[in-house]
Amino acid sequence: MIQVQNLTKRYASHTAVRDISFEVAKGEIVGFLGPNGAGKSTTMRILASYLPATSGSATIAGYDVFDQSLEARRRIGYMPENVPLYMEMKAREYLTYRAKLKGVRGRQVRKRVDVVTELCNLHDVSSKLIGALSKGYRQRVALADAMVHDPDLLILDEPTIGLDPNQIRQVRDLIRKLGEHHTILLSTHILPEVEMTCSRVMIINKGRIEASDTPEQLLKTIRTAGGVRLEVKAGEGDPANEVLKIDGVRDVNVSNDGDWKILQLRIEANSDVREEIFRLAVDRNWTVRELSRDRATLEDVFVELTQADII
Amino acid sequence: MSTFFILLRREVMGFFQSALGYVVLFFLLLLTGFNFLYSLGIMNGQALEVTLLEVFFNTAIFWIGYILVFPLLTMRSFAEEFKMGTIEPLMTAPVTDLQVVAAKFFGILIFYCIVWIPSFFYFRIFESVTSEQVAVSAGPYIGSYLMLFMMGMFFISVGCLASVLTQNQIVAAVISLFAVLIFFCFGYLLFMTVNITSGLQEMASYVSTVEHMASFSRGLIDTRPMVYYLSGTALMLFLTYTFFQARRWKS
Repeated sequence: MIQVQNLTKRYASHTAVRDISFEVAKGEIVGFLGPNGAGKSTTMRILASYLPATSGSATIAGYDVFDQSLEARRRIGYMPENVPLYMEMKAREYLTYRAKLKGVRGRQVRKRVDVVTELCNLHDVSSKLIGALSKGYRQRVALADAMVHDPDLLILDEPTIGLDPNQIRQVRDLIRKLGEHHTILLSTHILPEVEMTCSRVMIINKGRIEASDTPEQLLKTIRTAGGVRLEVKAGEGDPANEVLKIDGVRDVNVSNDGDWKILQLRIEANSDVREEIFRLAVDRNWTVRELSRDRATLEDVFVELTQADII
Repeated sequence: MSTFFILLRREVMGFFQSALGYVVLFFLLLLTGFNFLYSLGIMNGQALEVTLLEVFFNTAIFWIGYILVFPLLTMRSFAEEFKMGTIEPLMTAPVTDLQVVAAKFFGILIFYCIVWIPSFFYFRIFESVTSEQVAVSAGPYIGSYLMLFMMGMFFISVGCLASVLTQNQIVAAVISLFAVLIFFCFGYLLFMTVNITSGLQEMASYVSTVEHMASFSRGLIDTRPMVYYLSGTALMLFLTYTFFQARRWKS
């Protein structure tokens, strides 16, 4: 569905996208992650035919986004960052206008607008002015706009930005539902969302793709993965020091809760030190009330891959 | 082609959905109404060789108000889209740059025509109430409104060019005001200066908007000013289109 080869976008002052290549197959939901300024929006704008690339190529369903721009655009539903809309139009009126503009004809217009209004829960606000709507509703209007002409591919630039947790959940469910019949490329900062909806994740930093894999695979590859939490009553002993001696423990963070010591351990990836900790505790006669593992999250992956450049 | 009409409809409706459209309508109705009264006043009790129609389209009130309308009509056409970011969803829909520029221009032109329709009725009502003739024949009517249309076309295209150059509506309004004034005064000022050669004076009269209106409102329909306005409009629109396209290539 999307084929990007050696795409570069240079501005006078900096290079936003450096020689990136990737593919998105039909039916995939791909998440595009990266710090601010990494090149996510720029890449999406190039794909949506809004900006021209400096070099390289990108095709949507086989249509080059530059040479066959109109055809490519017909197959994309694009939702820009910051949700620009005409404030003086009513929601339904706006969607009708956009449907017609995108090539929906005749009776299909009304039908499609009804479908997307239903899908994005816009019934209550369809006859209100967009300027009078809350941010959450405006974002849903923009999402409805992206879908109104039933495109095969949806490109969503930060679809949940600025929404409250309820609304995020709703949009996430909607994206998951849409993913059944559409190909989706979305960019976001909200990592748990990506873990939950995306079949593949691409991490982009400073214009380059640092990683591109399924969330599970990515979690396996990072070096510092999660940790172990231990709540222990050690009497006279110093559990922190003892625990540090275990192979695989990188460092320990101690806090106190009355008699109990709470140890937060950072461990090597792919190592499970819980058994050794248990034996140690038994050996030294400590009382353990919690021994659990913090799973590595995508956030750890993200931070590790992009941290070097963050001051 | 149908995309163009969809865009066009949106542009015209946009005027009626925002305060600006009504402000301009109100202002122009006030102006033309007052001007009509003023023109009647001028003619009252004097034996003049000019008709009411001629006087109406040649008073200072007419010209001053007329010039002020164009920045108001055109300032938001492109500048607002750029500022609000709505240019992004617009240009990622399957529409061409040409369709967008054409729709904006014609949208404003259509609204401009709508604004001037009531003035026509002032004359008709006057005629039916007083049983006097406003103009000698149909010629002056056709001439006046034709010239209104042509000037409108040209100055709107100037305004569109000003709007496409900036994100700031006020800047666009100021640029278009000055541009329109320059075009307007170019012929007029030269004409008023006495110390220049007759050749220059003649040239000045060719480009003078005031001159054009004066002769057209008498019914003298000359193709030379028509060519001037049509070619001027074409040039301005071409520049607008070029600058519009150029925006996406900015680095």
